[in-house]
Amino acid sequence: MTLDIAFAGIVNGLMSGGIYVLVAVGLTLIYGVLHIINFAHGSMLMLAMYGVYYLFKPPLGVDPYVALPILVAGSFAFGYVLYRGLIGRFSHGKDENILLITLGLSIIADNAALFFFTGDTQTIDVAWAGRFVEVGPALIPMPKLVSFVASLALCAALGLFMAFSDTGKAIRAVAKERQGARLVGIDVENIFAISYGIGIACLGAAACLLMPFFYVSPSSGHAFVLVAFTIVVLGGMGSFAGALVGGLLIGIVESLGGLQFGEQLGQIGIPLVFILILLFRPVGLFGSR
Amino acid sequence: MRSRFGLLCAAGLVAALVYPLLFGGPVALLWRSNYAVNTGFLILFVAFIGQSWNIAGGFAGQTSFGHVVFFGTGAYVSTILHVTYGWNPWLAWPLAAAAGALVGWMIAVLSFRAGLKGSYFALITLAFAEVFRILANSVPITRGGLGMLIKADPRPENFQFRDAISFYYLALALCVLSIGIAWWLTRSRFGARLAAIRENEDAAMALGIDVFREKVRVLALSGAMCAAGGTVYAQKYLYIDPVIAFGVDKSVEMLLVSMVGGAGTIFGPLVGAGVLHIVGEVTRDLGNLVPGVKNAQPLALIVYGAILILIVRYLPDGLTSMFVRRGRAPRNG
Amino acid sequence: MLEVRGLTKRFGGLTAVDRASLDVAEGSIVGLIGPNGAGKTTLFATIAGFHRPDEGKVAFMGRDITGARPDRICERGMVRTFQITQPFAKLSVLENIMVGAWLRTADRGEAMTRATDVARRVGLVDRLDMPAGDLTVAGRKRLELARALATAPKLLLLDEVMAGLNPTEISEIVDIIRAIRADGVTILLIEHVMQAVMRLAEQVFVLNDGRMIAEGTPAAIAADPKVVEAYLGHGAAGRMLKDPPHA
Repeated sequence: MTLDIAFAGIVNGLMSGGIYVLVAVGLTLIYGVLHIINFAHGSMLMLAMYGVYYLFKPPLGVDPYVALPILVAGSFAFGYVLYRGLIGRFSHGKDENILLITLGLSIIADNAALFFFTGDTQTIDVAWAGRFVEVGPALIPMPKLVSFVASLALCAALGLFMAFSDTGKAIRAVAKERQGARLVGIDVENIFAISYGIGIACLGAAACLLMPFFYVSPSSGHAFVLVAFTIVVLGGMGSFAGALVGGLLIGIVESLGGLQFGEQLGQIGIPLVFILILLFRPVGLFGSR
Repeated sequence: MRSRFGLLCAAGLVAALVYPLLFGGPVALLWRSNYAVNTGFLILFVAFIGQSWNIAGGFAGQTSFGHVVFFGTGAYVSTILHVTYGWNPWLAWPLAAAAGALVGWMIAVLSFRAGLKGSYFALITLAFAEVFRILANSVPITRGGLGMLIKADPRPENFQFRDAISFYYLALALCVLSIGIAWWLTRSRFGARLAAIRENEDAAMALGIDVFREKVRVLALSGAMCAAGGTVYAQKYLYIDPVIAFGVDKSVEMLLVSMVGGAGTIFGPLVGAGVLHIVGEVTRDLGNLVPGVKNAQPLALIVYGAILILIVRYLPDGLTSMFVRRGRAPRNG
Repeated sequence: MLEVRGLTKRFGGLTAVDRASLDVAEGSIVGLIGPNGAGKTTLFATIAGFHRPDEGKVAFMGRDITGARPDRICERGMVRTFQITQPFAKLSVLENIMVGAWLRTADRGEAMTRATDVARRVGLVDRLDMPAGDLTVAGRKRLELARALATAPKLLLLDEVMAGLNPTEISEIVDIIRAIRADGVTILLIEHVMQAVMRLAEQVFVLNDGRMIAEGTPAAIAADPKVVEAYLGHGAAGRMLKDPPHA
C-alpha cells in the first residue's frame, strides 16, 4: 500500500464513517436512554432506504436531499408509534427478551421488504452523482462528501438539541435517572418513545444521504447492523462522542481493511473489532462504568 | 401420571419409526412419498440442532445469536477431511463434533472470562459467526465462495444413502439422543447447576458452583452437538458454502424452534420444529392461493417473526408450557 | 474458625470497609451489627469472596482464603446468604435446596434426601413443589437458609434473615438458627432486629462507617457508651438492659 493509496483509503473511510456516525448515534441514543439493544436498527435503515427509493422513482420523483425532512419526520413517527405500540411493553424485562423482540421485528421487516420489493438490488441515479471533488491524491464522489458533511451537521444539531432544548434536557434526565425524572414530573414513557423516534429518525436522514451512492436490497439492513453495534461498543454504549469517533474509526478500518486484505477478507475487520472490544475493553473508548 | 407420559413418549417414538414406512407402500402412489419423508427429516434435523441451542440457551440461559458457528465448523471440518484429505466421512464425523466442542470452548472461555452476559453474549456469538463466515469465504482450504461439493457416491459406508428414509432414521436417532441429553439435564447435577446459573449467577456461585467452568462445559457440549448436525447436513445435501454454513439464517432457526416450543424444556425444540414447519407450509400454500403472489417464501418468515414476538411476550416458556407444567423434579425419583 | 484481619474494601473513592477485624470461634453464634450503610453486607461479601479485598486477610479453619472465589470458599465449608433473597425463581423449592445439596453428592437420590431433610429443619417441607418465585418473604428467607444449609457448611454467614418478618416468624427463625448451631454449625449473622441478636449471639461486633468500633457480649455492647452514641441512639441502652439476653 503506497502512501497515496493509504491516504485515499483513509479519506474514503472517513466519508463512509460520516454516515456510520449518524446510524450509530441513533442506536446509542436508544441504548443510552432506554437501555435496550435495538437489533432491528439495520432493518429499519433498510426500510428507510426503500422509502427514499420509492420517493425518487416516478411518479413522485423527489430528490433524496429534498426528501430528507420527509424521511426524518416519517421515521420519527414510525419509531414513536412502534415504541408506544410494541417495544415499550417489553422494555423493562430481561435484556435478552427485548433483543429477541427486536430480532423478530428485523425478521418481519427484512421479509416484508423481500415480499413487497423483491430481492433485487435497487439504486437511484441522481444527475450530480458522477461529480468528484479532489482532496490531495484522493477523489471523493460528490454525494459522499455531501453525506459526510450533512451527517456531521445533523449530529451537531442533535447534540445542540440534546443540550439546550427542554425535550433534550428531559431525555438526558431520563437517561441518567429514570426514577428521579419520574418524580419531578417528566412523562418518562413519552420520553422513551421520543428517544426511540429520534433514534429511528437518524436512520431516515442516513437513508437519504446514503441512497445517492449506495444501493438497497432487503438484506441491506444486515450489512449495517453489525457495523452499527461495533461503532457503539467501540465508542462506549450510550456515548455520543463515542459514536462520533467510533463511526469515523470504523469507516477507516473498513476502508483500509478492504485495501489491505481484499474485498472478501477485508470485511473481517468489523466483527473482529467488535469481538476484541467486548473482550478487552467492554466499556469502549469513552465509556465509564 | 408419569407412566402415562412415558407411554405417550413411547407411542410418539413408534409413530416416528413407522411414519416413513407408511409412504413406502400403497400410500406412495397417492402421495409424494419422498416429500413426506424429507419433511420428517427436516423436522427431526432442525429439532436436533435446535436442541443443541436449547441446551446452552434454554437450560443454561446463555442466549446465542450465532450458534451457526458450530454448525458450520462441523460441516466444514468433516467435508474438508473427506473431500480434501480423503477421510471416510464416518471417521471425520467425531472429529467434526470435537471441533465444534473446541470452538464452543474457545468462545466460552473468551466471552465468560470477559464477563459477557445476556445481550452482549448473544451479540458476540453473532460476531464470531460472522468472522467464521468471512474466513470461510476467503481462505483457500474452504474454496471460498465457490463452496465445496461432495462427490455423490451413495453407499452407506460412505455416509451417503440412496433413499431418503436412511437419513430420516439418522435424524430420528440424533433427535432422540438429543432429547435424552436434555432429559439427563433435568435430573443430573450438571443440569441442576446450569438451571441455577440461568436463574441467578450470584446465588449459584454462593452455593459452591463454579459458574465459569459449567458455562464453558455446556457451550462445548452444545457446540459438539451442533457440529455433528453440520456434518449430517453436508452429507445429506453434498454441498456447503459459507452462507449455508455460517449464515445467520440457521442461527435464527435454531433459536426460533427452541423459543417457540419452549426454551429449557425437553421437547421444546421438537415441538417448535414441527409447529413452525407446518405453519411455514400452510403460509406458503395460502400465499400461493392469492392471485398475484409470486413468492410466498418470505410470508412464512414474516409469520415466524411475529410468532417469536408473541411467544416472548405472552408465552415465554413456549408452546409446551400450555400443555404441561414445566418439568419439575419428581419426588422420590 | 474464622479470622478476619484488617480487611479493607474500597469502591472508587469510597472506603466501604476500613481495616475491619473479627473472630468467630467454632460452635459459637456471633452477631455483626451496625447502622444502615455501615458496610456490613460489603464486609460479608468480601469475606465470602464476592469482592476482592484491597487490604487485609481472611483465614478460615486456619487457611488463608483471601481473594478466593465464592464457590471455592463454599466448598471449604463457608457459605453466605443474601440480604435481598436470590431464589432460583423458576425452580421448585426442592430443586432450589438441591442445588446446595448437589455440592456434596453427585447422586440424585441422595441430593433429594438431603434437601428434603434440610427443608424439614427449616420448616419448608410442605412447600417442596412450589416454584420458589411464589414464596412469601418469610418463605424466601427460609429458602435462603435452607439452600445454604444444604451445602453442609461449617460456618454459615446469615445476612439479615429476619428483616421484614413479623414477631412470630422471627421467633421461629431464632429457634431454627439455634437448632442449626446445636447440630454443630458455627454462625455469623448480620442483623437489624436487635432483640434477636441479643438473644442469639454470644459475641457481638459493631461496625460503623466501615470500622469496627466495639466487640463484646451483648450485655457489654448494649452498655458500651460508644455503641450507644454511634448506633443505638439515646436511651436505647436503658431499654436493652431492662430486657437482658436469655441464655
